[in-house]
Amino acid sequence: MLTKRIIACFDVDQGRVVKGVSFVELRDAGDPVELATLYDHEGIDELVFLDITASHEDRSTVVDMVRRTADRVFIPFTVGGGLRSDGDMMLMLESGADKITINTAAVERPELISEGAYRFGSQCIVVAIDARTEPDGSMQVYTHGGRRPTGIDAVKWAREVVERGAGEIMLTSMNTDGHQDGYDIPLTRAVSDAVGVPVIASGGAGNAQHMIDAITEGRADAVLAASIFHFGTHPIMDVKRQMQAAGIAMRMEHADYDDVF
Amino acid sequence: MILDYGAGNLRSVIRAVERVGAKPEVASVAAAMDDADVVILPGVGAAADTMRNLRERGLVEPIREYIDADRPFLGVCMGLQALMTVSEEGGEHPCLDVLKGRVVRLPEGRKIPHMGWNRVRQHRLSPLFECIPDEAHFYFVHSYYCDMANPEEVVASTEYGTDVTAVVERGRLAATQFHPEKSGAYGLRIYRNFLLEHCANGTG
Repeated sequence: MLTKRIIACFDVDQGRVVKGVSFVELRDAGDPVELATLYDHEGIDELVFLDITASHEDRSTVVDMVRRTADRVFIPFTVGGGLRSDGDMMLMLESGADKITINTAAVERPELISEGAYRFGSQCIVVAIDARTEPDGSMQVYTHGGRRPTGIDAVKWAREVVERGAGEIMLTSMNTDGHQDGYDIPLTRAVSDAVGVPVIASGGAGNAQHMIDAITEGRADAVLAASIFHFGTHPIMDVKRQMQAAGIAMRMEHADYDDVF
Repeated sequence: MILDYGAGNLRSVIRAVERVGAKPEVASVAAAMDDADVVILPGVGAAADTMRNLRERGLVEPIREYIDADRPFLGVCMGLQALMTVSEEGGEHPCLDVLKGRVVRLPEGRKIPHMGWNRVRQHRLSPLFECIPDEAHFYFVHSYYCDMANPEEVVASTEYGTDVTAVVERGRLAATQFHPEKSGAYGLRIYRNFLLEHCANGTG
């Protein structure tokens, strides 16, 4: 049985993890590579790095982070943030990222999705969609970190990105993001039911029950979370055990790298 | 030795092999296979591109001859599918025909690509599975799978709408549909086991 994935997300600014991470066991809790390594050892299924550095002119810091991650982490990881061309995508993939994610750039120039899918394969093109459920019940796509409305319907856009070659959709609800009060179930379900590729639910994770709901009711294929893991209050394997107890197939084996050699 | 023909996961495979203590040589010319202890064929992406890249580099016949001589070979993901007779991905593409059978689309009704960690059932004992429990999870990303003409070559499989070939073994040829370099500790153990079995000192 294909398991549901738990994905940890790091916002990275100039090579440093933002949104305060407090891990006593880490020498440098701001180093995304150290955190990624720790999460891998603790049983996370996948990782996402979002580069939120204001200027994307110099990518050497991100490239260095991607390279160091690929040296030490042996689970899949995705990199995004300010990627605007297939050249940008190639730089990340060649540096060791398994997938890239695009958001605003895909809305501004949807051909970017097809270009990336054609050149690198759909399996490494993750389109991130930020959406808000408006007071009238419509679900609208936002860009620029959720600040700018586009007038595009989220479900329609989800279908289009898949037609253009997206292999996966990372769906963030602007309504629930940051509140740790649960994912946006209606939005997640609407998008997941509309497309044939995996959908990652994002925005609102506060505990294991939220993740269970996103999967069973929202029909998500994976759940993304940031803060709840970063503060160590929800150990990854504890969350997985609760999800498994709710009847969800999870990857429970937890082999240590040192044990296999 | 790891074959470089432009495959997207080359770097990950190199790092995984290094992580288990080997010092891989990376080469894109057939001559380099002559002295190799083992050959690893990585791969992601589409069958047509993969075959074109192998042909352009003159690797098709040398790979066939190498495997025919029963020398140690490991194919990964597209590096498995490329070994098959023909792939239906994006048309009808003749492949290396080292393993008999067709590469066909995963059945409808589930999300495609098949992406994520899936449970791998071991059908028989293999040195490749040393220290890896039955039903351990490995990371898959693919939309097509190998429908093997000789089912006895399938040593492990997974379930995704149908029985999906996960590991193939014939003599000293082995290949995996999943990505061992992205499958955590057990994935690295696959590389370790392969190298331990075929290299005198286990360091490739």
